[in-house]
Amino acid sequence: MSKIAKAFEKTKAFIPFVTCGDPDLETTAQVVRAMAEAGADLIELGIPFSDPTAEGPVIQGANLRALKAGTTTDKIFDLVRDLRRDVSVPMVFMTYANVVFSYGTERFVSTCEDIGMDGLILPDLPFEEKEEFAPVCRKYGIDLISLVAPTSADRIAMIAREAEGFLYIVSSLGVTGSRSEITTDLGAIIQVVRENTSVPCAIGFGISTPEQAKKMAALSDGAIVGSAIIKLLEQFGKDAPERIADYVREMKGAVGYRPSL
Amino acid sequence: MSEKKGRFGIHGGQYIPETLMNAVIELERAYDFYKNDPAFNRELTELLDEYAGRPSRLTFAKKMTEDLGGAKIYLKREDLNHTGSHKINNVLGQALLAKKMGETRLIAETGAGQHGVATATAAALMGMECVVFMGKEDTERQALNVYRMRLLGAEVVPVTTGTATLKDAVSEAMREWTRRIDDTHYCLGSVMGPHPFPTIVRDFQAVISREVKAQLMEKEGRLPDAVLACVGGGSNAMGSFYHFIKDESVRLIGCEAAGRGTDTFETAATIATGREGIFHGMKSYFCQDEFGQIAPVYSISAGLDYPGIGPEHAWLHDTSRAEYVAITDDEAVEAFEYLSRMEGIIPAIESAHAVAHAIKLAPTMGKEQIIVITISGRGDKDVAAIARYRGEDIYE
Repeated sequence: MSKIAKAFEKTKAFIPFVTCGDPDLETTAQVVRAMAEAGADLIELGIPFSDPTAEGPVIQGANLRALKAGTTTDKIFDLVRDLRRDVSVPMVFMTYANVVFSYGTERFVSTCEDIGMDGLILPDLPFEEKEEFAPVCRKYGIDLISLVAPTSADRIAMIAREAEGFLYIVSSLGVTGSRSEITTDLGAIIQVVRENTSVPCAIGFGISTPEQAKKMAALSDGAIVGSAIIKLLEQFGKDAPERIADYVREMKGAVGYRPSL
Repeated sequence: MSEKKGRFGIHGGQYIPETLMNAVIELERAYDFYKNDPAFNRELTELLDEYAGRPSRLTFAKKMTEDLGGAKIYLKREDLNHTGSHKINNVLGQALLAKKMGETRLIAETGAGQHGVATATAAALMGMECVVFMGKEDTERQALNVYRMRLLGAEVVPVTTGTATLKDAVSEAMREWTRRIDDTHYCLGSVMGPHPFPTIVRDFQAVISREVKAQLMEKEGRLPDAVLACVGGGSNAMGSFYHFIKDESVRLIGCEAAGRGTDTFETAATIATGREGIFHGMKSYFCQDEFGQIAPVYSISAGLDYPGIGPEHAWLHDTSRAEYVAITDDEAVEAFEYLSRMEGIIPAIESAHAVAHAIKLAPTMGKEQIIVITISGRGDKDVAAIARYRGEDIYE
């Protein structure tokens, strides 16, 4: 069992996201430690990309601020090396295919293993193109996380059967960012997922409140939150880590514990 | 040609969010059906002939030929099409296809505004809703085209993210497509993006080389020695090259925008300065830094101001079947003025990049040889900007 799967073993997972280097890497380090201490089960670290086509305005802003601050892939690897001295929560990178490809896929993925990352999410890498990255990820024990969208329909089973780590269920059409309401019939999607894989699944996109997180985690194995955390960073700057810790604690409480498995 | 569906050598593919996958699969199925459907093709041909004004002329540039003293020069006059550029060829095809698929709304990106105007035109003609994404900087450089699109009933959304130019307009159109997919077709304007777009756009633009071949056969009884076209994403060039790819004697030359020079950061010459990458749904060459961050690019021409190139061009480059040269702003502006005075044809500043290379190439060739330059669009939209470049401030 991968370290990621273990994160879901005893509990419904709360999975916060942060863009590395927004506003600077020192703050990111504090945020990650605060999230881990506050009970995050898995942490998504965003490597900024100049043109994040799957992101809404909030995370786009975080990407551009991070790049403007001089954040690079190498500096983020150093950040993880430092974090891994005391942070044991599973962590995955979330970035775009070109960041990995241009670094050299094998060089990137082997470094991920070396520094203690557990998985990789590439939102612009659909099932049809994943064989370019999957064998390398397998070689170095990095779970390549697949995504299922509200439009996936007849593709869900195929994607679920080859899922590794956990399956990322995209809650709604469109890009990342909070929504007042999630209307997709996620129950039907997750039923197909369950029929085809034992890999856990977590729902992301549009979740910001404890009520939403609770509802989403009840349907699946966990809830993923990004934009709401970036907003706290924007609002509170260097004081954000504490606020984010409070927020993660509240969300983790709402997601709750898995009664039995 | 391609080892895998939607691939041109190693280039191409479908690097897009899962949310869009069923949409591109459905588009591919529909296109595979309609491209062989006689009724669809009759309807499209009628639109191209009766509405867009095809076939476009192949004009012998007599004065230019005499002035340069080398190869005979012909101009493929896409500037004479309705809406003033080659973009209408692709847009009529895609809009008709979208209509057959039951879509009621077209979205598009635009740089110079030519593709946006063409899409707004097709949407008006076919009674469809239309939203065009355009970099804020471009809405300022090309204010006239913004007004034309609005006049045609389209909504123009200025994009302020990133560099606020063409690449950001493409990103925003992609984002909009993931937001609203059930009634919307993304009418991509160039031979780029995820499969099947590079193939669909190329096929709809291939009318250019099909006509050139027949027209030149009639006028000269032979093939040209070289075909020149400007390249941003590369749709008019791909259309101009396509039916000559198997005719190995024909040199195919794509003219990229060097901006202030390929040795500066203010350039958009992808083949000259880019490297292999994955962006906007495709694997191809891109201007990028060592960590894969897409580079801000620059050209005087809003239509060539794009950090990538279509995957089939990348493959034509890899196999040396086509050559790619870089033309600076200065050279393009001189060519813009040259063709205006010499032939009474004001070309789009994009097309002027191809004219600029012909000015260099023709004198090195024999008088019995033939160059075809695709004039991808007309230059009315650029007049105010060129005047400013020359230090004259005029109102558009």
